[in-house]
Amino acid sequence: MTHVTRTRAPLYFAAMAVLILAVGLLQSWNSALSILNMGLISAIMALGVNLQWGYAGLFNVGVMGFVALGGLAVVLTSMPPVPAAWSAGGLRVLLALAVGAASIAVSILLWKRLPRGRARGFILAAFLIVAFAAYRWLFDPAVAAIEAVDPATSGYLGGLGLPVLLAWPVGALLAAGAAWLVGKTALGLRSDYLAIATLGIAEIILAAMKNEDWLTRGVKNVNGLPRPVPYEIELQQAPWFLDLMQQIGANPVVGSTIFVKLLYAFFFLVVIGVIVLAMELALKSPWGRMMRAIRDNEVAAEAMGKNVTGRHLQIFVLGAAVIGFAGAMMTTLDGQLTPTTYQPLRYTFLVWVMVIVGGSGNNWGAVLGGMLVWFLWVEVEPIGAWIIGLLTAGLEDGSPLKAGLIERVAYMRYLTMGLILLLVLRFSPRGLLPEK
Amino acid sequence: MDFLNALVAFTNFVIVPATTYGAQLALGALGVTLIYAVLRFSNFAHGETMSFGAMVVVLVTALFQSRGITLGPLPTALLALPFGIAATALLLLFTDRAVYRFYRRVKAAPVLLVIVSTGVMFMMNGIVRMIVGVDDRRFADGERFLVNARDFRAWSGLDEGLAIRTTQAITLVVALITVALLFWFLNRTRTGKSMRAYSDNEDLALLSGINPERVVTITWLLVAALATIAGALYGLDKSFRPFVFQQLLLPVFAAAIVGGIGNPLGAIAGGFVIAFSEVTLTYAFKKVITYLGPEGWSPDGLVQLLSTDYKFAVSFAILIIVLLFKPTGLFKGQSI
Repeated sequence: MTHVTRTRAPLYFAAMAVLILAVGLLQSWNSALSILNMGLISAIMALGVNLQWGYAGLFNVGVMGFVALGGLAVVLTSMPPVPAAWSAGGLRVLLALAVGAASIAVSILLWKRLPRGRARGFILAAFLIVAFAAYRWLFDPAVAAIEAVDPATSGYLGGLGLPVLLAWPVGALLAAGAAWLVGKTALGLRSDYLAIATLGIAEIILAAMKNEDWLTRGVKNVNGLPRPVPYEIELQQAPWFLDLMQQIGANPVVGSTIFVKLLYAFFFLVVIGVIVLAMELALKSPWGRMMRAIRDNEVAAEAMGKNVTGRHLQIFVLGAAVIGFAGAMMTTLDGQLTPTTYQPLRYTFLVWVMVIVGGSGNNWGAVLGGMLVWFLWVEVEPIGAWIIGLLTAGLEDGSPLKAGLIERVAYMRYLTMGLILLLVLRFSPRGLLPEK
Repeated sequence: MDFLNALVAFTNFVIVPATTYGAQLALGALGVTLIYAVLRFSNFAHGETMSFGAMVVVLVTALFQSRGITLGPLPTALLALPFGIAATALLLLFTDRAVYRFYRRVKAAPVLLVIVSTGVMFMMNGIVRMIVGVDDRRFADGERFLVNARDFRAWSGLDEGLAIRTTQAITLVVALITVALLFWFLNRTRTGKSMRAYSDNEDLALLSGINPERVVTITWLLVAALATIAGALYGLDKSFRPFVFQQLLLPVFAAAIVGGIGNPLGAIAGGFVIAFSEVTLTYAFKKVITYLGPEGWSPDGLVQLLSTDYKFAVSFAILIIVLLFKPTGLFKGQSI
């Protein structure tokens, strides 16, 4: 941490704490803790993007896709398996996927091994058509059989029934795998092609999650995901908890919701602590210096014998893993997987606002940006509604103008976020906590 | 006879919609490509620009309709188009002065401009939603069909009908006129030539006395026209929903890149490549194959290669394949 950060950072974090405390005092402690929890998760997403952009200058516009993969990991890891669905077509689906993967591998091999010329194209095309037909012949009936098993409650394969905390690293692995595929194809190309490629992969991941009901239940959502903390209702019946509430003189119903949120906050703080520590150590290591050298002058770094594309791939995968980890945490906090809620404006571009506002290249900046921008995202609407309420106080209730204005307030957050991003980029491009 | 029926079904469900969609994508991609060629960044706010233009057209159309001004069999939206273009032009010029000009002056890295454009995207998104909300709006009026399925069946004696909606025909006609005017402007006029010179070699163009700010202004004006026309045509054809225009960003970018970003001809070709692949890969061929197969036989499934939800996946897959084998796109990129 450099001099500027050392003096500024505690001040800003204290101000952030005051903002959250103010929500607790003025609105409710439940909303304050909700903002804190989602703020911490957003901060981890911002750390992932910071790793890619701040350390290496890689422009990833597919944050949403990696977040969604983290969410998928929670379902695949922690939900109980559906035995009827597995016996209906589970193995056949796996076989179909293996055939699909194998045919892609074979076609890559064919492309590399066959002599150049028109014949190569025809052979490859013929092979792909046959492979696709075989894949669909295996895949379609299996999917139909799985989705027919009790569609109202399951209709999918379920997960492995493992503890939900395991899903967090699994989410990181899934996201890292997807990032490796994207990086392999797009990192060799010009920088904005990586952006378009990540935009595309995010849309594909989302399309698959909405559509592959056998895996994710699609738009029917997976509800009731297991959680790493006790349920409120259990707490309200536990004698030790009731005693505790009585001692501090709190309402056990409200107390239980706050207690659960505090437990989540504890988990998230531990994760964020570990990630920030690891990232700070990495940044100060020779590896971190090499990364910044590559970012600042690729040509010079290449001349020094650094494998630029290889390093880029490495850091792109690492950053995506952090984002996937955060995505799994978020779905665990929500307790459900709702594929339709993943939207690029919310999950990709908002995280970018966080990184830019916080200060790209600075991990504490990413954390601060994540917390602050999430706070604004949640609070702009009530603040806007309050201002509109003041402005329209003279108008009688039920006038169409007033109703219209109040309805429009909901979209003010996009406008505000865009404005904040533009103002920061223009007048303080290094963000709240600049890189050294 | 069955072969003709299959052909008609294929035309009706694949060729006509894909051509229309391709023309809309091509117009969108032309805007992206012009910005890339002159201002040298990928404009993420382009989808929202199309949305803004279409929104003004929707609102002006509603105003005209309420005053009883219509174009008879043609949609009133055509009358509203110039107003949409003018409003979008004002918005884009204002954005350029307020936002982009600064980064041009400090010669910011292209990737920074892309991030700036996402900020602009956010703001335009908020503005559009604050003005019209998020509801679905249909604003097509006038004659619904140019060729009606029943009339076609009566005329041809086939089982399968062919329907061409007025909006589909108008899309093609308007797109053709727009593209012809654009190419005439770029290739024949002095201003267009100075734009191409600036895009090819900035230093040389500056040396020969081309005013860069003027080139930039004209580019934004062209982009405003292209984006509004593309947005309005897409809205006429389907319906106007702010949410959809944001999703159009991927196919529009895919079209521009597949064709060779910076190259207007490529943008048009890319638009049709993407549109035809999307529609053919997600169309259920059951009907066509039933006609072609033996009497009384029909395939069990829908014979759909991919579910409709995967249309973005198609654009993206084509994008990747083209980039892997021809990194500069089908036509050589980056030249107006």
